[in-house]
Amino acid sequence: MTTDHALTTEKLTVGYGDRVVIESLDLLVPPGRITAIVGANACGKSTLLRSMSRLLAPRTGHVMLDGRQVHRMPAKELARTLGLLPQSPIAPEGITVADLVGRGRNPHQRLLSRWSRDDDRAVAAALDATHTADLADRSVDELSGGQRQRVWIAMALAQQTELLLLDEPTTFLDVSHQVEVLDLLTDLNATRGTTIVMVLHDLNMAARYAGHLIALADGGLYAAGPPAEVLTEECVRAVFGLDSRVIVDPVSGRPLMLPIGRHHVSVARA
Amino acid sequence: MSTTTLAAVTRGRVRRDRRRRAVLAALTLAVAAMVVVSLMVGRTFYPAGDVLRVILGETVPGASFTVGELRLPRTVLALATGLCFGMGGVTFQTMMRNPLASPDIIGISSAASAAAAFAIIVLGLGETGVAVFAIVAALGVAVLIYLLSFTDGVAGTRLVLIGIGIAAMLNSATAYILNQAGQWDLQAATRWLNGSLNGSTWDETLPVLAALAVFGPVLLSRARSLTMLQLGDDTAAALGTRLERTRLVAIVAAVGLIAFATSATGPIAFVAFLAGPIAARLVGAGGSPLLPSALVGALLVLVADFLGQFAFDIRFPVGVVTGVLGAPYLIYLLVRTNRAGGSL
Ligand SMILES: Nc1ncnc2c1ncn2[C@@H]1O[C@H](COP(=O)(O)OP(=O)(O)OP(=O)(O)O)[C@@H](O)[C@H]1O
Ligand SMILES: [Mg+2]
Repeated sequence: MTTDHALTTEKLTVGYGDRVVIESLDLLVPPGRITAIVGANACGKSTLLRSMSRLLAPRTGHVMLDGRQVHRMPAKELARTLGLLPQSPIAPEGITVADLVGRGRNPHQRLLSRWSRDDDRAVAAALDATHTADLADRSVDELSGGQRQRVWIAMALAQQTELLLLDEPTTFLDVSHQVEVLDLLTDLNATRGTTIVMVLHDLNMAARYAGHLIALADGGLYAAGPPAEVLTEECVRAVFGLDSRVIVDPVSGRPLMLPIGRHHVSVARA
Repeated sequence: MSTTTLAAVTRGRVRRDRRRRAVLAALTLAVAAMVVVSLMVGRTFYPAGDVLRVILGETVPGASFTVGELRLPRTVLALATGLCFGMGGVTFQTMMRNPLASPDIIGISSAASAAAAFAIIVLGLGETGVAVFAIVAALGVAVLIYLLSFTDGVAGTRLVLIGIGIAAMLNSATAYILNQAGQWDLQAATRWLNGSLNGSTWDETLPVLAALAVFGPVLLSRARSLTMLQLGDDTAAALGTRLERTRLVAIVAAVGLIAFATSATGPIAFVAFLAGPIAARLVGAGGSPLLPSALVGALLVLVADFLGQFAFDIRFPVGVVTGVLGAPYLIYLLVRTNRAGGSL
């Protein structure tokens, strides 16, 4: 339904101050698919998403969207194509859910344009999709962590971009809401062709929902490809320093990672 | 999407829009009413007809001097500085996402005031020179605070603490200037330390009106981007806001408003600090706070000045009245953040 957008990084190096976080990374986000990025804490996942959405300028290298450098694109134009939900967004004190979701319409509004019917429609659709319609008039401050997370996702949906980057969209959510959010993103991908890139900590959810898995280790690419190829015992050891068993998930047929800690291990280690 | 959700969303938005418009209309009316009252009421009462004739340029015995020369410039200056403080204050609070980061708390008003006092008392400059001094000093302090507390985005607590320190330094500098010049009379002292409208003239009022005409529209044209900054840098930028440009324009315009107003009346205590939160209470947190805050600022100054002149046996300068109003709120904010274990 939508045009497929090619998002790539070329020899991308980014960091903060004199500290390099990601070095010379070549990456390709497959258009029209769901990509999950996994990696240990502080390995640079959020930094990568921030750089891909132009919030952080590259030291060297480029982020390219459809053959153009993201960091040279006009801010609003980019924001109509590519959306980002940051890891810990901030809600203004006292704002209502509907108003917060409405802020997602910003890139579609001109300097003096009035709020349009389309804006209302986009907000309503986003509220419905995230099951937050009955919260619309509540103040965001009063919501539970999970409700708030769904409202933030609604805001990103109201932006109606064909590319959507989400930084840990399932944190704070209970297991059924996690599945619901991931199902919702899958629907979005299936019906509208939205390209989705998400950082997930739950490897099994990542393997199940993503068609393309990117494993980062220390600011570099460890592996990228279909989950069955990327999520291996070796990969888990290299990326997380953790012993594990990877079996076939009887529900989805995708890989399923079972960690091996120091306790509660009844079967002999491989 | 379901039609019931769409209907509910539309209804909610229309309701919030209506509330905003109603509050703006009520505030405008209240400000207009205070202007009229300030012109008519005083030691002598002049009916609306007399006031109108004076404004239209006719000579009315008694009223021509009292209303035309005393009350009119004072009232217009009260209105203009109130608008400036209200809009400038909420710009900083919005941009820094912190009600304590208002220019009168973090030393920007103090800088303007110290520079204005220096320019008038020590150098003997006229209105334009004073305003230039004030704006340069205020911008300087704004940049200094920004640099000292800047760590990739704006750090809340650090900024506020550094700002409070700078404000204290500048206030003692002002006191020192007043002292050294051998002009330590109550009039000058209250003006440059607390803010006062006593002895307002058109010469002081016109530059403030000009500043309002220039910087007001500039800020209003950035209203949406400014409210986007409340979402934090990442979200705002991801939604197409140009952070640096918005901040630059907002800082220059807000400092301009504050500096011009301060060089005319001194830093009328807490108006910049109070206007934004009061306006947010009234209109809700959804839209831009600029216009409602400007009106609340004007109302605060007009009411405080009126009370200061006539409510008590002795006359209090406007800054003393707003100071008494604002201090409890400052304490409340500090207590609340302290209780929540949060940062300032
Ligand atoms: N604003 C910043 N200024 C300086 N350093 C930063 C900043 N943000 C992140 N870093 C550093 O960059 C590195 C990568 O951080 P990043 O947030 O990208 O990690 P992450 O992979 O998203 O981790 P997590 O899984 O914990 O979210 C970390 O060492 C972090 O300390
Ligand atoms: Mg992260």
